[in-house]
Amino acid sequence: MTSAVALNQVSCVFHAGGKTVQAVDGVDLDIRAGEFFTLLGPSGSGKTTCLRMIGGFTLPTAGSILIHGEDMTHRPPYARPVNTVFQDYALFPHMSILDNVAYSLMVRGVERSEREKRAHELLEMVRLPDAARRRPAQLSGGQRQRVALARALINRPGVLLLDEPLGALDLKLREQMQSELKSLQRELGISFIFVTHDQHEALSMSDRIGVFNKGRIEQIATPAELYERPATRFVAEFVGAANVLSGAGAQTLTGHDNAMIRPELIRFGAEPGARARVTVAEAQYFGAFWRLHVASIEGTRLLADVPTSAAVPTVGQSAFLHWDDGAVHALGAA
Amino acid sequence: MSVASLAAANPAPSLSDRLSTLIFSRRGLLPALLIVPPLLWFGVIYLGSLLSLLANAFFRIDEYSGTVVREIGFANFVAIFSPANLDVALRSVTMAVAVTLACIGIGFPIAYYMARYARGSGKALLYVAVMLPLWSSYLVRLYAWKLLLAKEGAISWLLSALGLQWLLDGVLAVPVIGGSSLSFSPLGTFIVFVYMWLPFVILPIQAAIERIPGSCLEASADLGAHPAQTFRKVIVPLAMPGIAAGSIFSFSLTLGDYIIPQVIGNSTLYIGQVVYRQQGVAGNLPFAAAFSLVPIVVIGVYLWLAKRKGAFDAL
Repeated sequence: MTSAVALNQVSCVFHAGGKTVQAVDGVDLDIRAGEFFTLLGPSGSGKTTCLRMIGGFTLPTAGSILIHGEDMTHRPPYARPVNTVFQDYALFPHMSILDNVAYSLMVRGVERSEREKRAHELLEMVRLPDAARRRPAQLSGGQRQRVALARALINRPGVLLLDEPLGALDLKLREQMQSELKSLQRELGISFIFVTHDQHEALSMSDRIGVFNKGRIEQIATPAELYERPATRFVAEFVGAANVLSGAGAQTLTGHDNAMIRPELIRFGAEPGARARVTVAEAQYFGAFWRLHVASIEGTRLLADVPTSAAVPTVGQSAFLHWDDGAVHALGAA
Repeated sequence: MSVASLAAANPAPSLSDRLSTLIFSRRGLLPALLIVPPLLWFGVIYLGSLLSLLANAFFRIDEYSGTVVREIGFANFVAIFSPANLDVALRSVTMAVAVTLACIGIGFPIAYYMARYARGSGKALLYVAVMLPLWSSYLVRLYAWKLLLAKEGAISWLLSALGLQWLLDGVLAVPVIGGSSLSFSPLGTFIVFVYMWLPFVILPIQAAIERIPGSCLEASADLGAHPAQTFRKVIVPLAMPGIAAGSIFSFSLTLGDYIIPQVIGNSTLYIGQVVYRQQGVAGNLPFAAAFSLVPIVVIGVYLWLAKRKGAFDAL
């Protein structure tokens, strides 16, 4: 089966003001048909540049991009079978919502009655049937987001690119849109390539995630794999809370040179069989759990999430830490 | 603690303190203070003079004494429609339309480049280049153009040096726009008009294009629009408020100018010159007032048409 989108050794170098910036550095990606794939990384890590290269807005300086098995490395955006939901939605302010949604059909010469019928269907799909006659400025951020989605989907693209589409929404709306986007993607059965810097968003929505750091991909994996078995220290720290240990502290506590333990896998308990003796330096209440910052006698600092059902921890108290052998995940060097 | 230090710790509010508190606590006060003086200026000086102009247009001049007779009548407006005056009005409007189209045609690409491609010092340099002419006197530039366009002037010399004298002669031989030399032809008037008003057209268009989000152009391409379609469906409609503003400048400035056609061009008259002569040499202020309403009406119609065409929808 050919993949929906494939990047082969793609690089992108920007020259700005005499400086050279390697935005993307030799990235290989293989996104399957019907997959929800997330490009995750901090700002400036190259994830958006990667998406823009798939959309055709930025051209790679090396490597090739295949869409549905066809080389599209240097095709202009209007000749690519992908559509984009932009971060700022990029709705046309001078057009009605209906004309915005029907734009793609309009430029392809589809007759007015036909394209408006299609646009109404799409507005129905994103649950905005009454907005057709309004202007983008009259809609809320969440509604504009839906219009941008309808506009990008009207051509039934095989691949939809989403550039941090939920970044401008408040938390409640963002969580609602996350589940809506996910179910929409499942219903349509098309590939979503989703850019975000929010690891919660990435974990909860994606089939697979590619983690970007400094223009390179650190790891491509399913959310569970990424969380439980991060390939590098960067991934371990970027995705979820983590105790990343290295050096002497790591050796005494875990028997590895570099290792990671998720805070929720650490338990408080009695002295027999304890892995470490620590004192509580700080306690943060998170509702579902207490996050404790603890320090061992050797000076190693750890995070431990303990259930709120247990006794209320006090700062300065000493405790014994326990964890199963499986809780320790050895990391590669660096 | 002494009484004096108590007073210093809690002094009576000064006048400026009380004024600040007043302005802060009354929401509408500051905007009112900001808008009233300019509103008075506009209302009394600007609109007042315009209304007195309008009133004057209904009066008439006593042919023997040359004094203004304050009787309401429509003779001045009828006189506008005399063949000679209508000819002047029509010529002026045609010139204004031609100048406006040329200014947009030349100005748009420059404005587009300034807004979308120019960066840093290059952009600053372009701004200076566009505005530099406005820093020197209008009359100096006008007479400079007279020298450039003259029969023995630089342009004629350059063309003959390039062996293109025949081209200039051919253009000058064209009936309506030609003449004995560029500086004595309507074509010369046109060239100078375009030069004079170009900055006023470039700057508003540039501002309008700069406000178009780059992502809108990318979205258009993403949705399958070719560059030409993006230009027609997105760039032009969104730049339209700027184009309309710029065209109002070039259109109204051309209609109102009386110096350029006097210095450069043949002896055919434009509205501004007729108004100037009527109020000056002929002393017929009422007719001058009536005739100067022509540009106002024409621009009013132009704005109305522009609005109906949706030029201001993107505002």
